[in-house]
Amino acid sequence: MNKISLIGWTEFKRLFNSPLAWSILAILQFILALMFLLLLDGFIVGIQNEGVGKELSLGVTDVVVSRIYLWAGVIMLVVIPILTMRSFAEERMNKTLALLISSPITFTQLVLGKFTGLLMLIVLIVAMVSLMPLSLSLGTSLDYGRIATSALGLFLLLGSFTAAGIYISSLTSQAMIAAISTFGLLLLFIVLYMSGTSSTSASELFIYLSHISHFFSFTDGMLNSRDIIYYLLFTVLFLVLTIRRLDNQRLGA
Amino acid sequence: MPSKLLVQAHHLHRYYDQHHAVNDVSISLHKGEVLGLLGPNGAGKSTTMKMLTGNIAPSSGSIEIAGVNLLENALSAKQQLGYLPETPPLYSDMRVVEFLRYCARLHDIPKAKVTSAINQVLAQCGLEDMQKRLIANLSKGYQQRVGIAQAIIHQPSVIILDEPTVGLDPIQIQEIRSLIRQLSKHHSVILSTHILQEVEAVCDRVHIISAGKTVFVDTLETLKNYSDDDLPASASLEQIFTLLVSQGALQGGADE
Repeated sequence: MNKISLIGWTEFKRLFNSPLAWSILAILQFILALMFLLLLDGFIVGIQNEGVGKELSLGVTDVVVSRIYLWAGVIMLVVIPILTMRSFAEERMNKTLALLISSPITFTQLVLGKFTGLLMLIVLIVAMVSLMPLSLSLGTSLDYGRIATSALGLFLLLGSFTAAGIYISSLTSQAMIAAISTFGLLLLFIVLYMSGTSSTSASELFIYLSHISHFFSFTDGMLNSRDIIYYLLFTVLFLVLTIRRLDNQRLGA
Repeated sequence: MPSKLLVQAHHLHRYYDQHHAVNDVSISLHKGEVLGLLGPNGAGKSTTMKMLTGNIAPSSGSIEIAGVNLLENALSAKQQLGYLPETPPLYSDMRVVEFLRYCARLHDIPKAKVTSAINQVLAQCGLEDMQKRLIANLSKGYQQRVGIAQAIIHQPSVIILDEPTVGLDPIQIQEIRSLIRQLSKHHSVILSTHILQEVEAVCDRVHIISAGKTVFVDTLETLKNYSDDDLPASASLEQIFTLLVSQGALQGGADE
């Protein structure tokens, strides 16, 4: 446990030694802030006026809050591969992996440590994204429960992205290849969802397999144990695959 | 000299696909000695060292470090090991002290003792003035020293150095060699190299491998007095080495 947090914390700090984490956080916040402005503007000018006097109408949480989390999830499809490519591919490229492998730590501790380090950054990202909807509380009343489930959903979604990215990073020694393949894999799950929902070839299975479909219930304010378990399984699966992959590599298989 | 065996590796084999990179190599290291692992490029030196440090597993064979089986009980065996690979494994975005603190904690040095352990290796490796510097900004020689510092910070009984002087200038080479000699007072060292002067300068015993096979293991003195029909009476170390290596390569070739 000690080693996991040691590796995690060091990895997290190292992210900020280079401009990478800083620029990712800045750009992400800038883009999402613009989106937020657009959504908010659309709500104030359009929906809010139309909804006056009607019994059933969309509130600001429906229009602005849940969509900003959705957009954050979509943008992170591109960002997570850039973060995870460092985990093993870059270490291999710089020949620094020997340091960790020669140390008295297990592969499980190593992989969980790397994962924890990135999870810390993800917590930071989710917190920064959440600041935007929370700022609306200055002017209106908000559905805090829904913001909480959306934030949890985004955290679980990004955690699953990260686990997949770490696995792919463990397959290669080219950081760029790791990033592109991870992006491809994450996108594949989106395509799976699109093909599952298309009018001609709709398939429940495809929708179920896709990671993004399980995110919608969170942004709708639902805590569905089925969706939570999906993300946990997805994450654990890829982390176990990573551990096995590293061990196989040592054996030369 | 009946002394404690710190490294006992028996009948190591390692295949890379079809390529038999290490073929039946057995290595032993006594307490307090410097063993030179010698061989031409591609002879299997680095592969052997990676196996000894648990970075790759041997296809067959057994390894014991200070009486602990590396393959079965990797964690406690690795605590006895310090390893400097061919390329020093340094995070160039960290500062020297920060990096060494991380290495110390990875090797289970208790928090209270980390600072004193760091100060000790900084002094040993002549890094005191560099401790606040970013590793990326250090010269190759200093990076190599940080690499050695990383390998000895937990006071391991066995230190394994893979070509520690490659790419350094003559003065730096001298410094690293005297550092290695110093280390051999308290640790046992395995050192790989293809430079004969280095072996003469620091090693007590020599282990020559060629094409993945052991061709010679004995003290440096014995190597110097090695005689063979193909050699002139007062052969230089270089001539002896070349002969042994070429014989080994022929043997290795005949086996394939």
